[in-house]
Amino acid sequence: MSPGRSVSTLSTMIAPLAGGILIGLAATLRLWADGRAAGVSGALAGTLARGPEGRTPHARFLLGLVAAGGVLSLLGVPLAQGILPRSDAAMAASGLLVGMGARLAGGCTSGHGVCGLSRLSPRSLLAILIFMASGALSVVLTRALAGGRL
Amino acid sequence: MTSFASGLLFGLGLGLSGMTDPKKVVGFLDFFGGWDPSLAFVMGGAVLTHGLGLHLVKRDGKTLCRTESGRPEEASRGGKLVFGACVFGLGWGLGGYCPGPALVAAGAAGRQPLVFLAALAVGTLAAAKAAGSDCG
Repeated sequence: MSPGRSVSTLSTMIAPLAGGILIGLAATLRLWADGRAAGVSGALAGTLARGPEGRTPHARFLLGLVAAGGVLSLLGVPLAQGILPRSDAAMAASGLLVGMGARLAGGCTSGHGVCGLSRLSPRSLLAILIFMASGALSVVLTRALAGGRL
Repeated sequence: MTSFASGLLFGLGLGLSGMTDPKKVVGFLDFFGGWDPSLAFVMGGAVLTHGLGLHLVKRDGKTLCRTESGRPEEASRGGKLVFGACVFGLGWGLGGYCPGPALVAAGAAGRQPLVFLAALAVGTLAAAKAAGSDCG
C-alpha cells in the first residue's frame, strides 16, 4: 500500500470511525448523567433562551466542546486541512441558516443524527435525509454561483 | 461535571473524526463531484455506539432508550420539520459547519467558526423567540 493510499484510508475511514465512536460514547454519557439527549443546537437554545430546566448543564456541555478544541489545538492536532474560501458574509449567512433551520427542525446533525437515528426515530431519519439533500443542493449552487468561492 | 466531560469527549470525537474540517463536510455533500464518504463513517460509528449504549446502559433501573425525557428530536414535525431541515442544509452546505464542530473549531481559535457562531446565536435566538411567541 503506497503511503498516499494509507493516509487516505486513515482520514476517510479509520479516524472518522474512531471519532464517531467517541461521539456515541459522549452522547450516551450525557444521557445517562443528565437525562437529556446531546443535541448541540438544543443545548445552545437552552443556554441562550433559558428553558425550564435551567441553563447550567447545557452551558457546561457547550464549554466542554470548546475546551476540546483548545485541548486538540494544544496537542498540535490539526482540526482541518486548509480552509474553505468563504467571506465573512458567507459564513454569517451560513450560521444564520443553520441556527434557524436547526430550531425549526428540532435538532441539528447531533440531535437528529446521533441521538435520533440511534433511537430509530423516523422524524430524525427524515430530517437527516433532507439535511443531506439540501446540503448537496447548496454545494451545487455555491459552485455554480461563484465557482465555489463565496 | 459530567455535562462538561461529555461535551469534552464529544468535541474530541468531532475533532479527531475530521468533522471540524468544512472541506470534508462539503466533500461529503458533494455527491456529484469528488465524494468524500468520511461523514458516513462518523455517523455510522456514533449511531452504532450510542444505539448500543441506549440498550445497555441503565438509569434509575431503566435502560436509556426508555428514558422519557431528553427527546428534542421529537419537538418538531411535518412541514416545520421539512422546511427547517431544508434551511439547515442550505446553510450547512454553504459554510461546512454545524453547531458542534463550530464550537470545537472556535476553541482552537479559528476565525471562520467564530463568525459562524455569532450568526448561529442570532439565528437560534430569532427562531426560538419566534416559536415562543406563537404558543397555541
